[in-house]
Amino acid sequence: MSSKEAILGRIRSALRDVPNVAAADDVAVNWQYGQRPATATDDLLGLFVERVEDYKAIVSWVVPNEVPVRIANALTDHGATSAVLPAGAPAEWHEAVAAAGIAVVTDDPVLSHAELDATGGVVTASRVGIAETGTIVLDHAADQGRRALSLVPDLHVCVIRSDQVVSDVPEAVARLQASIDTRQPLTWISGPSATSDIELNRVEGVHGPRTLHVLLVNE
Amino acid sequence: MSPERTETVQDTTVVHERRTPAPPPVTLIGMPKFPKNAKKELANSQLRTNLRHATTTIRNKRVKVVQELPHWEDLRLAGEAIKNRTLRHLDTYLLQLEASLTANGAIVHWANDAAEANQIVIDITRSKGADEVVKVKSMATQEIDLNEALEEAGIAAWETDLAELIVQLGHDRPSHILVPAIHRNRSEVREIFLEEMGRYGTPPPEGLTDDPAMLAGAARVHLRNKFLRAKVAVSGANFAIADSGTLVVVESEGNGRMCLTLPDTLISIVGIEKTLPTFADLEVFMQLLPRSSTAERMNPYTSMWSGVREGDGPQEVHVVLVDNGRTKVLADQVGRQALRCIRCSACLNICPVYERVGGHAYGSVYPGPIGAILTPQLRGTASEIDQSLPYASSLCGACFEVCPVRINIPEVLVHLRNRVVEEHHGPSAWGMGMKVGGWVMGKGNRFGMLEKGAELFGAVWPGDKVGPIPGPASAWLGARDLKKPPTETFRDWWVKREKAKRSGDSGQKDA
Repeated sequence: MSSKEAILGRIRSALRDVPNVAAADDVAVNWQYGQRPATATDDLLGLFVERVEDYKAIVSWVVPNEVPVRIANALTDHGATSAVLPAGAPAEWHEAVAAAGIAVVTDDPVLSHAELDATGGVVTASRVGIAETGTIVLDHAADQGRRALSLVPDLHVCVIRSDQVVSDVPEAVARLQASIDTRQPLTWISGPSATSDIELNRVEGVHGPRTLHVLLVNE
Repeated sequence: MSPERTETVQDTTVVHERRTPAPPPVTLIGMPKFPKNAKKELANSQLRTNLRHATTTIRNKRVKVVQELPHWEDLRLAGEAIKNRTLRHLDTYLLQLEASLTANGAIVHWANDAAEANQIVIDITRSKGADEVVKVKSMATQEIDLNEALEEAGIAAWETDLAELIVQLGHDRPSHILVPAIHRNRSEVREIFLEEMGRYGTPPPEGLTDDPAMLAGAARVHLRNKFLRAKVAVSGANFAIADSGTLVVVESEGNGRMCLTLPDTLISIVGIEKTLPTFADLEVFMQLLPRSSTAERMNPYTSMWSGVREGDGPQEVHVVLVDNGRTKVLADQVGRQALRCIRCSACLNICPVYERVGGHAYGSVYPGPIGAILTPQLRGTASEIDQSLPYASSLCGACFEVCPVRINIPEVLVHLRNRVVEEHHGPSAWGMGMKVGGWVMGKGNRFGMLEKGAELFGAVWPGDKVGPIPGPASAWLGARDLKKPPTETFRDWWVKREKAKRSGDSGQKDA
């Protein structure tokens, strides 16, 4: 007997007391999926900024036509001399970053781990923002690049549009269903890399980017 | 604390240099039972100081973030129901999970026990020509003692979570589910790093202080090279989504993302109870878990991946579905609720027993209240330590109140105590005591005689309390003080009072 058959056999014999009906008919789950909580604030963007800043990330409000130059400024302010831009990033981002004297690195051909490690920063778009928890979710579409890009460099400049910010986790999960349906990986980011492993003292900056700068584009 | 030597590879005795720091040996047979361990740990005042500080901090933080959500109780009920639904139809969901993962390009393995799971990891790693793996913190791999199995096979397993790194470099064992080095303070961590880091890779920077930020920085530098060069990574999973074939890892530092993204081959060890039916179910658990575990609104990083993604991350993805005793837990209709556990460790942080004795006393990878109900079910109750674990509690019930999936831990503890007694003990001291008590109280004069004896005892016993004494009551008195018996019983006092009344006194005065 294979291990699979053995395990399934043990499960079935362990569950002899369970009636032979569909799972949903056996146990009711009293939960409305995908709902905005009744207590959600009207000022989603204000809450989002407050909660992201609570993790010691930097948040800047940006108007749409200033996005490219504000990206370049953010990279310069944090001392990055090179930055990787995903293939799907708008051409204006490339131009503005290059114009600021920062070396633009692209992932085509695919960057080695070492090359990526030697790059100062990364600029990505994002998929969803969650106000309640101060979270940004990437689904690694072309304007965000593969997962390693937003992980190895020490500075992450992340652009999010105001219409991408939702109230809470359930609304976010509902929006992300489309990305899951196409089997895209997801990375949920709440502030810069951190640890509380020494005396439960929160310290920002371990293996992921030690600086997270969020540009919130107010349409 | 130097790299130790290990032997035994089948018939020929091969002595080779260890690749990774040696942990202290675990041998269940002969391991002292919980009360003995607890006494030993209680004598360590540094441990108690570290634990009290850490658990108090996280308890207070948890209350704050939980209070932010007015619908917290609804979330707990939903979490409980979703897990119950999954567990009661686990065969269906596991088959669905396997089909989804396979469709996503992952390779699914099934392992009956620890040995099978470890062998699968060893075989895959060898087939890649690798002699090391980087690891994401994972309770399942602790449970199957994967690191030592790999070490014996000549493969080095590098822990990359900061606390796991402290434990590994410290030749130590984890003492907490979430913060395995919770028993160490900053100056102990500094000592471990100074002593050991250089032996296994990049040494700590000059002038290392005990500032947590600097210690975290040392870990960043030490591990970076290991991340960049690793060909194989091993992870666990917090959740495995059946309908989409998605695995989820919840973490803080980014070491998880490194392991899940950079190597070519990823092996995830997943307990069969980690399954959730749908991606939408995560909206419940991604609210319950971070607030209950690190007491944050959201943990810094969560990775979700569905098999192989072309051009992004590992191009060979393995998932090992592990039983290792879980089907035994499932067969117990009261005890099976322990499989709802999402390993948040809120029950450890709130537990008055855990706070005082720490995780090592439980003699199990899963310490604290959840360990006291999970371990004896996973391992069975053959050993002394496993028989004693259901008693490692005062049944105060705080663990049930904080549990995000509403595991009624006190109920399972009592159930398991019953099981231990039925399986292992003949007539118990408790039963004998009750019989004697019944005989004594059956007649007034017998009870009076006993009271006279107690009076006498009270008159001669020095001090106010009766502490530990040898004899049949020693087990009970070992952990409790008994007030010494009064020198006059109520019956004597009453008789005296009635006499005084009859002899013409006004009866107003009390004795």
